Amino acid sequence: MSAEDTPKDYSESPINLEYFYTAGSATTRFLNQVKEGNIVGQGCPKCKAVYVPPRGSCPRCGVATDIEVPLTDKGCIESFTVVHIPIPGNPIVPPYVCAMIRLDGANISFLHLIQDVDIENIRIGMRIQAVWKPKEEWTHSLENIKWFAPIDEPDVDVATLRFQES
Amino acid sequence: MIQAGVIGVGQTKYDAKRRDVSMAGLVREAIDNAMLAANLEWDAIDAVILGKAPDMFEGVIMPELYLADAIGAVGKPVLRVHTAGSVGGSTAVIAASHVCSGQFKTVLTVTFEKQSESNATWALSPRYPYSPHINAGAGGYFAPFIREYIRRYEAPEHIGWKVAAKDRQNALKNPLAHLHIPGIDEKMVSDTPMLWEPLRYLESCPSSDGACAMVITAQDQVGSRNVAWIKGMAVRSEGTLSAGRDEVNPQAGIDCAKDIYNQAGIQNPFNEIDCAEIYVPFSWYEPMWLENLGFCDLGEGWKLTDKDATSIDGELPFNMSGGVLSSNPIGASGMIRFGEAALQVMGLAEDHQVEDAKVAMGHAYGGAAQFFAMWIVSSSLD
Repeated sequence: MSAEDTPKDYSESPINLEYFYTAGSATTRFLNQVKEGNIVGQGCPKCKAVYVPPRGSCPRCGVATDIEVPLTDKGCIESFTVVHIPIPGNPIVPPYVCAMIRLDGANISFLHLIQDVDIENIRIGMRIQAVWKPKEEWTHSLENIKWFAPIDEPDVDVATLRFQES
Repeated sequence: MIQAGVIGVGQTKYDAKRRDVSMAGLVREAIDNAMLAANLEWDAIDAVILGKAPDMFEGVIMPELYLADAIGAVGKPVLRVHTAGSVGGSTAVIAASHVCSGQFKTVLTVTFEKQSESNATWALSPRYPYSPHINAGAGGYFAPFIREYIRRYEAPEHIGWKVAAKDRQNALKNPLAHLHIPGIDEKMVSDTPMLWEPLRYLESCPSSDGACAMVITAQDQVGSRNVAWIKGMAVRSEGTLSAGRDEVNPQAGIDCAKDIYNQAGIQNPFNEIDCAEIYVPFSWYEPMWLENLGFCDLGEGWKLTDKDATSIDGELPFNMSGGVLSSNPIGASGMIRFGEAALQVMGLAEDHQVEDAKVAMGHAYGGAAQFFAMWIVSSSLD
């Protein structure tokens, strides 16, 4: 049988979903600051844990994180991976470094890119700082930070990062 | 409490693309096998509990409704469960809970995924609003936790290769397994390309089509059937973005394991459990879960793997069926662990049977490693 005669038992039908995303009050407060180049975490009034990006409540205590906590754009790499395969729908060209970024003063980490360094030199505990896009490109998004890059400071022992309620 | 037991386990052949069956045909294949094994008529089924991973994996929303005929649920109570990758395990626990409640004598439970009908890595890597688009599938998410495990306990890199080779060697004894790789060994694993450092291609699970079903019944319905008695079962979850969380050794996993050991009267899981089907989608999760589940102290898991304790003829065989590393229809992968544990204590695991297996453990985890489901099954009720 030629290819044309082969019975076709399936067909592809791409789907496209569009979402309307409502940020909510906690994320809105956070993103309004990100638009100005500031990173402001939110603290739990009970256990004092600091969340960035904030989701509006502390999963430990179940209360609203209504304390604003200004943070620097410096921190360390809690852990990381080097992605070698293209991900469907993702525009970033591999290999790229996806890292758990722990900002100074924050008690959780978030994922972002590491660049401006040879991949083989990246370490858990390495000190890093945000590299921002030009100010005129800033929007309500953590994409205002292009990536994080190493800074010349001693590595951090990540065992010391674990949140302990005081 | 009413004692519940598994009297029938049914599985499909697992494969990358099961184009010979529809989604309905796939679930029915597993159900028919489970009903035949249980030797039951449809009238005996009081409720149907269905589980699967995100509907976005196939793009069919609430498939339990369209599947009502195929799963024999017309006119019967039906419940859908979804707890990400752990769903196959939590669905089994919820089905058994229905029996233990006394409101249902016999329950049919089924889980499935037909991943060839979409792209799971795409579905797991969405662009979240207001964030950089860097999500890289499940492997991209778990790889940093694995890197931290390796750093924390100075584990040598061949441990991951060893698990990957061992589970695929076991799969060669299981005709239903998706991956059958003749001659698989550590060298072959270590020669495959890096996907998400430190994970190589053959250290990662495949994407499979498949379904798994079980019939669970109350003690007074068993008759003379071969039974895997459920001696302990539990689910636990924890806050993904909670301060103080240890992703390498999640508290919810520790607590869930302690709960089922207490229910089953197990003091020393390493000595008292004969074999286990543990959810290991990426090679390094074997040593990580050995520690998390209390089979050894922290930092000792990779040493157990290294000295072959988890091989099929070792002290504590892990994933005799080939595990998630050999067959991974995500929604069913947890139930396959629970069902394979049952088959071991029923003595029905054929070529991958552990000799004299009396007590076995089934385990599943999912999401960002924040969902856990586990059970202990035994060949005897006492």
